[in-house]
Amino acid sequence: MEETSVQPAHVHAPPEGFIRKHVFSLDHKVIGKQYYGLALVAVFMGMTLSWLMRFHLVWPTAKVPGLDLLSPAGAPGGIITPEYYLSLLTMHGTLMVFFVLTNAPFAGFGNYFLPIQIGAEDMAFPRFNMMSFWATLAAFLVLVLAFFIPDGPPISGWTAYAPLSAVGKDAGPGLGWGQSLWAISIAVFCIGQLLGSLNFIATTLDLRAKGMTFMRMPICTWAWFITSCIALLAFAVLLPACLLLLLDRMAGTSFFIPSGLVVSDRLQNHAGGSPLLWQHLFWFFGHPEVYIAILPAVGIVSHVLITSMRKPMLSAKVLIYSMLSIGFLSWMVWGHHMFVSGMNPFSSLLFSFPTLTITIPATIITLIWLGSLYGANIQITSASLFALGFVSMFVSGGVSGFFLAQPSIDIYLHATYFVVGHFHMVMGVAAIFGILSGTYFWFPKMSGRMMNETLGKLHFWITFVGTYCIFMPFHYLGIVGNIRRYSSFVNDFMAPLMPLHKFVSIAAFVTGAAQFIFLYNLIHSRFRGKPAPDNPWNATSLEWSIPSPPPWDNFGGKHPVIYHDPYQYGVKGSKGDFVMQDSPEQLASG
Amino acid sequence: MATTTYSPTDSQPRLVGRDRGSRSGIWVGIFAITMSFAAFTSALYVRQGSGDWAHIVLPGIMYANTVILLISSLTMEMSRRTIASSWRSGVRERGGAWPWLAATLVLGLAFVSGQYLAWRHLAAQGLYLATNSNSSFFYVFTAMHALHLLGGIAALIYLMGRCAGSHGTVRPILFHNTAVYWHFMGVLWLYLLLVICTRL
Repeated sequence: MEETSVQPAHVHAPPEGFIRKHVFSLDHKVIGKQYYGLALVAVFMGMTLSWLMRFHLVWPTAKVPGLDLLSPAGAPGGIITPEYYLSLLTMHGTLMVFFVLTNAPFAGFGNYFLPIQIGAEDMAFPRFNMMSFWATLAAFLVLVLAFFIPDGPPISGWTAYAPLSAVGKDAGPGLGWGQSLWAISIAVFCIGQLLGSLNFIATTLDLRAKGMTFMRMPICTWAWFITSCIALLAFAVLLPACLLLLLDRMAGTSFFIPSGLVVSDRLQNHAGGSPLLWQHLFWFFGHPEVYIAILPAVGIVSHVLITSMRKPMLSAKVLIYSMLSIGFLSWMVWGHHMFVSGMNPFSSLLFSFPTLTITIPATIITLIWLGSLYGANIQITSASLFALGFVSMFVSGGVSGFFLAQPSIDIYLHATYFVVGHFHMVMGVAAIFGILSGTYFWFPKMSGRMMNETLGKLHFWITFVGTYCIFMPFHYLGIVGNIRRYSSFVNDFMAPLMPLHKFVSIAAFVTGAAQFIFLYNLIHSRFRGKPAPDNPWNATSLEWSIPSPPPWDNFGGKHPVIYHDPYQYGVKGSKGDFVMQDSPEQLASG
Repeated sequence: MATTTYSPTDSQPRLVGRDRGSRSGIWVGIFAITMSFAAFTSALYVRQGSGDWAHIVLPGIMYANTVILLISSLTMEMSRRTIASSWRSGVRERGGAWPWLAATLVLGLAFVSGQYLAWRHLAAQGLYLATNSNSSFFYVFTAMHALHLLGGIAALIYLMGRCAGSHGTVRPILFHNTAVYWHFMGVLWLYLLLVICTRL
């Protein structure tokens, strides 16, 4: 259509009433906060599950008061059974990967800030955006429902490997309805993320303000855009995989279940399926998922660091190109999760090469950060501390990935605590640090109040030291052969490692407890925090040009015009230390 | 980034804000659906390697269904062009598109009904979803395509309502997007038919 349509003043009318404003809201900012709130609930649930697991690992015969009420079969008398340990492990992984690491940095912050940073009034499809959140919430509730059914949650891990995840309750506790709920939950989650990604992409392509060229977008906007492209393709593959899994489970098909499979002394009535097919489909999603979790954090951290350093990155363009390269390469490496799956060994080599290649853009990004930080007079705030912590975790966790990317080494380290340490540091904790950095940075804009910096710094130091105390020993444990997923090591060859496990568990309890400092700070500051000015960090991007918190239509009916690149700090000839993107001030070139 | 000063030129696009996003959105959605069917197809290729492949004879009605769907693409295109020329001439009369939309809807429903008859035909041979790997993929492919086509049918019904009413506005971009989606459904079906014919 060539015609210009008559456009309404805004993509949706001003919300009226509590339900439209805060519950079924079309406003991207409310939806962003809803995603963040859901992630907050999920992260504390996931953390509690990890506490239970760490408790059981070092005190396997001790009772957990009240747990038998939740699951009489899984924790008779409050003592966790090995099977229930696996249930906790599955739910921990699923909650954290899907409902925390995807929800908060990507869907949460992305929803809130992407439209504002490009000068848009809202997302391209506000209704799809609302549906995206409610689908995600429904997925969360379906998943959590698994705790309350007699069968309990599934025991197959967050990867739900076939064929045991496909054959039903014969395969073990939680693999009846628990596993079905898991697959339904993830399928619905995929639909939510597809709608969200579609919105992010269309909004970035088409709703940028006048003058907002692609290279003028802040680095975090770029990160959300690249992530949404990855998520669109990744969840579009996981959704069919979940549908096929559900068909195997409920309709008697044999996509993933091989012939002659005997489980619990019963011959399964399936034939010809391929368990490896599930692994291929799952990891084709699963590895890009790592970047769905980490790239938004890379963007957020870069944004925070630049603002704290008061100078541009060495090369923001190269950083953006590196993120694009990581996004591109993420599609070629899924097989590195399957080195010991029985795949052709030559395939392992093919997957190993691009995996090792990813270290090049990742190293470039790290060097840009370090080179920019060198000699910078960085302002130490809670946000910048967590950003620096992210860089540390990204490097520490990334280095171990170099070992795991090589099949010959991975064969030894596979399914040990080394792998657990690697992905927790580089994907889990690093992304959490990115989320926390973003929270301390953007909270004033989102709530109109400042967070308590003293509590923030206390939170950082306990979390930073604590996470190293938890996850660095994992690498040592893995190298000496400590197998993952086992529920106790008391009476076997791994018993000598128990003192180290006790240290890790105590560190986990302390680090977890420190997160309540954050929760207190978040809630207290929301209601009693010092009122925030519009631009407390003297930052340059568009979100800081509008009131804190922003009005429902973001720019109060005005259409921002963009004159500058996103990070104009310490510019010669400028009247101040920084120049906002929408400031018409003329700058001297160079 | 280099310190540069930029004065934005007044190159406002002809499609503004919401409509531009809508136009990109349909292509992004098509990309995601393509990826999903690529995943289904790769599953078929991997699964075929198991060696229990038993070819099935396709019901003849599927070829008639294909012709019906292709004709529906033509009627959909006529409705899009009718609205486009009406808007271009400034008349902005929307009733002319209604018969073409109705024809597309009837043909779309005929296609889905035809697919259902194809299922009945297979079921009469004792081939159900779980009977063998080939029948599983046949039902999955056709059902997933029909499900996506029902989304297009919902869009058609919405547009017909907008064209029939005397109040409210019609956004021509919605015709454009529905037409793009509908044509894509036709192309997707041709692809699936090719896979089904050659592999199942």
